[in-house]
Amino acid sequence: MPIMNQSPDPILSLSAAGFRSGQRWLVRSVDLSISAGEICTLIGPNGSGKSTTVKMACGVLKPHEGQVWRKPNLSIGYVPQKLAIGANMPLNAVRFMRVGTGSSKRAIDEALELVGLSNHRSRPVHAMSGGEFQRLLIARAIARNPDLLVLDEPVQGVDFSGEIEIYTLINQIRDEKNCGILMVSHDLHIVMASTDTVVCLNGHVCCTGSPSHIINDPAYVQLFGERAAGTLALYTHHHDHTHNDDGSVEACSHDH
Amino acid sequence: MITDWLDDFFIRALLTGVGIALMAAPMGCVVIWRRMSYFGDTLAHSALLGSVIAYSLSIPPVAGVFLTASTVAVALFIAQRQAYLSNDALLGILSHSALAISLIAIALMPNFRGNLLGFLFGDILTVSAQDVGLVWLALVVAIVALWRIWDQLMVATISRELAATEGSHPERTELAFMLLIAAVIAVSMKLVGVLLITALLIIPAAAARRFARSPEQMAYYAAAIGSVSAIGGLTLSLYLDTPSGPSIVAIALVCFLASLAKPIEA
Repeated sequence: MPIMNQSPDPILSLSAAGFRSGQRWLVRSVDLSISAGEICTLIGPNGSGKSTTVKMACGVLKPHEGQVWRKPNLSIGYVPQKLAIGANMPLNAVRFMRVGTGSSKRAIDEALELVGLSNHRSRPVHAMSGGEFQRLLIARAIARNPDLLVLDEPVQGVDFSGEIEIYTLINQIRDEKNCGILMVSHDLHIVMASTDTVVCLNGHVCCTGSPSHIINDPAYVQLFGERAAGTLALYTHHHDHTHNDDGSVEACSHDH
Repeated sequence: MITDWLDDFFIRALLTGVGIALMAAPMGCVVIWRRMSYFGDTLAHSALLGSVIAYSLSIPPVAGVFLTASTVAVALFIAQRQAYLSNDALLGILSHSALAISLIAIALMPNFRGNLLGFLFGDILTVSAQDVGLVWLALVVAIVALWRIWDQLMVATISRELAATEGSHPERTELAFMLLIAAVIAVSMKLVGVLLITALLIIPAAAARRFARSPEQMAYYAAAIGSVSAIGGLTLSLYLDTPSGPSIVAIALVCFLASLAKPIEA
């Protein structure tokens, strides 16, 4: 029996939410709820509807069925997936944090301090490394003092030590700001270590609950394989088949 | 006093050129950031159709051009919502169809053909005091409009999703910007001609890039470089009797090439 989150202070909830593109449902029947100070992580294979769910939560996409409830005047800090600013736009770190947000100088300084970029205030953003830019995006989001911080694959394109730093930072933000955090992640190992609630998606919610509950859920084991369940080890997705050009499925003849 | 000045065709040309350069500068920066230069070309191609329509309906060319350019902008805006054809394919369809239709229309209207070179390359001698007034009115309106959407336009350029979660309406902002480009094209057609309008948008902005440390600086430098190009090009045109539009673009190109001497900052 899943432990339902009877949170004292819910800030966002999705109930039976679904979104389709044309006739095809990208994701359906999503139930989830986040409270202040809670970290909720969406996991699932590619195409399972993680980003779509996040976009419904943020209000970027309107659900075609079900409801999305946001606390009135909920402010959202969003860290999008795959964002790169080209060298054709002259933009330094501070200007990037201020544009469109109206964040105060003090809020910007504090956020840069928190993410460890205080010495990079006037650096052009296009010259930043993947990890630095990712932290800058997080800084931009938290300088707005959000009730909910949403991160869509925050460690994409970041090396391993950078990844640990970013997850540590996300926990620190939760502790200091007491905001709710909704993120998408591929990295089961770290997810399990630093999340309150895990929602496992595969076009619908497979299972949901605390990490320790999730790893024993048959639906999770089926989706990610025995090894992911047995230990809190690195994400080893079970690639037990390949797709031919015509879309037919072929079993793998070799071991992964 | 001012009316005496405006009697001189060269002063009128200079005022028009500088007004358009100032208007095109910040927009050209945005066009570069958003990688939209082919969009400018597409609207410019449709401008030819606009002038033909204006000619046959006996309405001012500026009105005809703004009408077709904004129609094309809205058509593109709507067409972008589907995912089956990429943006550059859509632009190719719109731009070349507009050109083909206008060339057919021109062939059917023998009287129009005499004006064709002017439409293609600019016809600065025909700039009237009224045209000068229109350019500067358009400049004020465009700068005020751009000022109001500037930050939102930048966030939408960086990421539409970021803009949407922060409570702005990126699509609305983008549409407004597209209509502003249509307006610039309509008022600058006489000066540079439809074939060279995009150059006026992007070359001064590109020349400004290496000197700029902020988006606003890039717009200011582009305005300065564009004004210098307009004044220089028109002077060249006056003394060597070269066509005004190509002369302005040539001076802008010289500025751009000179800017390459400045090393890129890390």
